[in-house]
Amino acid sequence: MIEVKNVHFTYPSGVEALQGVSLKIRNGEFVAIMGQNGAGKTTLVKHFNGLLKPSKGNVLVDGMDTRDVSVATLARKVGFVFQNPDHQLFSETVEEEIAFALRNFGFKENVIKRRVTWALNLLGLTQYRKTSPFMLSGGERKRVALASVLAWNPKILILDEPTIGQDYGQKEKLRQFILQMKAQKKTVVIVTHDVEFVAECNPRVVLMSNGKIVADGEARKILTSPEILEKAAIIPPEISRVFLELSEFGFPTNVIDVYEAGEIILDFWEAKNREHV
Amino acid sequence: MSMFEGLKFRKVSSPIHDLDPRVKFFYVIAMFAVAVMYMELLPLIVLFLIQVPLVTMAKVTKQWIKSMRGAAFFASIIFFTNFIFSYLYRGQQALPSILEYSMAMTLRFIVLVESFSIFFLTTSPDHLGLALEKSHVPYEFCFAFTTAVRFVPVLAEEAQTIMDAQKARGLELEKGNILKRVRNYIPILIPLIVNAIRRSLELAEAMESRAWGATKNRTNLYELKLRRGDYILALLTVVMLVLAVYARWHIPIPRIMEIFPWKASR
Repeated sequence: MIEVKNVHFTYPSGVEALQGVSLKIRNGEFVAIMGQNGAGKTTLVKHFNGLLKPSKGNVLVDGMDTRDVSVATLARKVGFVFQNPDHQLFSETVEEEIAFALRNFGFKENVIKRRVTWALNLLGLTQYRKTSPFMLSGGERKRVALASVLAWNPKILILDEPTIGQDYGQKEKLRQFILQMKAQKKTVVIVTHDVEFVAECNPRVVLMSNGKIVADGEARKILTSPEILEKAAIIPPEISRVFLELSEFGFPTNVIDVYEAGEIILDFWEAKNREHV
Repeated sequence: MSMFEGLKFRKVSSPIHDLDPRVKFFYVIAMFAVAVMYMELLPLIVLFLIQVPLVTMAKVTKQWIKSMRGAAFFASIIFFTNFIFSYLYRGQQALPSILEYSMAMTLRFIVLVESFSIFFLTTSPDHLGLALEKSHVPYEFCFAFTTAVRFVPVLAEEAQTIMDAQKARGLELEKGNILKRVRNYIPILIPLIVNAIRRSLELAEAMESRAWGATKNRTNLYELKLRRGDYILALLTVVMLVLAVYARWHIPIPRIMEIFPWKASR
């Protein structure tokens, strides 16, 4: 469980990135943190594993104050995958890259071997085991970065902009993967701009703007409220925009799922046909 | 890092920022020459004080104080080495003059940092490149220079992100003996270097696609032109230089302990 209690954070440059943020993320929850550039999303999640310590207020991870423990200790619980894989890849082979964190955490060699094989399998990277991570494509590098964090099986997983630069197939795989994590009762926090991706995943959405949380709730509710989204410079997913336009014909306005939308339209159409008969 | 913070350009508009970088550089060099010319405390105090109005005029007092604070560490090293060695050499009788001498050496260093700090705080890298160009340095070198200066903060920020990313993977930089600690930096240096090379190749491509070097005779959007303020500063600098040289050879400079004899009588 992550508890954020009235956290303020000011960068050394004087920018106040967080201005009194309170948030509780329970175990097994799937949360998407959204908001415009510079809203403080990444700053907030960097508090979850202690990379940043609050200037005021407290962050508790499983009851531990992040001020009292080292990043390395917290990292064992909280896996953090950075936005740009090029900021972390450095090893000669993909295999070594994934083993790096496991060595830091002091796993035994035979365990490391097993975990590396498991992580490679999970993300479909087995064929690249002996390849240099620098030879891989952007999407593959991103997967290596993810694998290198998943390998130690953290309880809480934070993904910063996981969908940037990924094609639809990869996004779908990522979504399946997150659902799998959810099924294993892991906490997943994603930071993203990708409304369509969030609409498909339907997580809890935390909306940020100017270092404050402006809305918090179900994706279905928040992503279909244009007046709330406007505060964070986000537009509703396309399917919701269609349904918002159609509301005067008696369509529901809280639709974010394409399949659900299809059903509603079919029902509507059938009802119309019956009227004519 | 705070010392470098005190040398980083801030975009503010002030009469000092608007000055021609060539004139400012001339001023820095003159300051350097005068500071090196004197070993006495009194003229160095004067040199230190006459620069303070420049700092306030440039509205960079806060950053300037930062650079002074950064310099304090080196300044104290200079003070103590000077003090200890002259003490060992000359003994206890000369204590007040040793004290004054060490302080003068320290202040000389501070005056140098002060003038360099004023220069870098108030001169944008672009203007510096322009000044180099005007001084007939080949454009390729000017461009390389301004690009290098411009990318320093970018690299610093990237290094911070990489450090965070590796810390999040359980890397502990301050763990182990010295050899281990050096090795700890490998996971930070490799991504940093690889990204820098990648970025420079991208930059080269972007430059080529914008027809870099297509014309021999480049023109600039901003032209450096000497204005009234520049002439005033240049004139003041020359006057200061002449006065300093004259005073050096013709006026005996009193020591502070001679002006305040109560100190010497002890």
